[in-house]
Amino acid sequence: MTREEIREGLAEILEEVAGVNPEEALEEKSFTDDLDVDSLSMVEVVVAAEERFEVKIPDDEVQNLKTVGDAVSFIETARA
Amino acid sequence: MLEGKRLLVTGLITEQSLAFGVAKLAQEHGAQVVLTGFGRMSLVERIAKRLPAPAPVVELDVTDAEQLGSLADRVKEHTDGLDGVLHSIAYAPPSALGGGFLTAPWEDVATALHVSAYSFKSLAMATLPLLSPGAGIVGMDFDATQAWPVYDWMGVSKAALESTCRYLARDLGPKGVRVNLVAAGPVRTMAAKSIPGFEAFEEAWTSRAPLGWSLTDSEPVAKACLALMSDWFPATTGEIVHVDGGFHAVGV
Repeated sequence: MTREEIREGLAEILEEVAGVNPEEALEEKSFTDDLDVDSLSMVEVVVAAEERFEVKIPDDEVQNLKTVGDAVSFIETARA
Repeated sequence: MLEGKRLLVTGLITEQSLAFGVAKLAQEHGAQVVLTGFGRMSLVERIAKRLPAPAPVVELDVTDAEQLGSLADRVKEHTDGLDGVLHSIAYAPPSALGGGFLTAPWEDVATALHVSAYSFKSLAMATLPLLSPGAGIVGMDFDATQAWPVYDWMGVSKAALESTCRYLARDLGPKGVRVNLVAAGPVRTMAAKSIPGFEAFEEAWTSRAPLGWSLTDSEPVAKACLALMSDWFPATTGEIVHVDGGFHAVGV
């Protein structure tokens, strides 16, 4: 799975869970500041991403995932 | 210990939820579990799928009279009765928690009391038609005998919860229903993370509790909740069991 495919998958999750316009879900965008994803929505995004990409995103790691790109990188590494 | 028991578990929102720990352990010990969810039902459904066995989820906002009124019927679609109920529900608006004790407006305090204490009575009454004699209702408490840093009106709400427990025990005892609380030490749940200044509890607990304390292991709390719902506390009601590593028993 390429980096772009992961980002697209994440964009779909963000749309479904938090109503984020998929065109907005670019790598440099911050979940909280740019995309208005609140903390509970973020929890669901993480859970949905774990299922979709078959990875485990530890609780401690979530706070480090500030941007869409951070999440894409984490998922990419975790799948490798 | 729970073979054949039918339990209703509220308050599950993530895998770290105390309710998740209770539901998981209950299933592992042979119980059938029905969950209630609030707000983000899609998230509750996703988390429910991570339990060892399937568990149906019904929606419940404990401040919604209509939902409370139909709860028994909706639970009945999944089980013919209940032997145990877990109340793991609390909320305080930001103004009432984290340092605003002297300035929090009554409306916010009222919300905290409604969701965190009065709801114990509401849930008990809503499930009463399904409860069999010997059934146990268990609520999640945080020791309310003293004032804590940052806990503010949630602390007052827990004091109200403790009192509500005693009155429920009085009024439901004649029906054979037991009502108890587990006063847990701090565990890093979604709820805990939303308390600004929660770290103060973490440090105090891990250093002072005689048995030590794990901030990430909810199993001791889950075990106590299930023990209280089981047949092994048949003459115990209106009680508060501390599952806090012994923190409450010692001074500095």
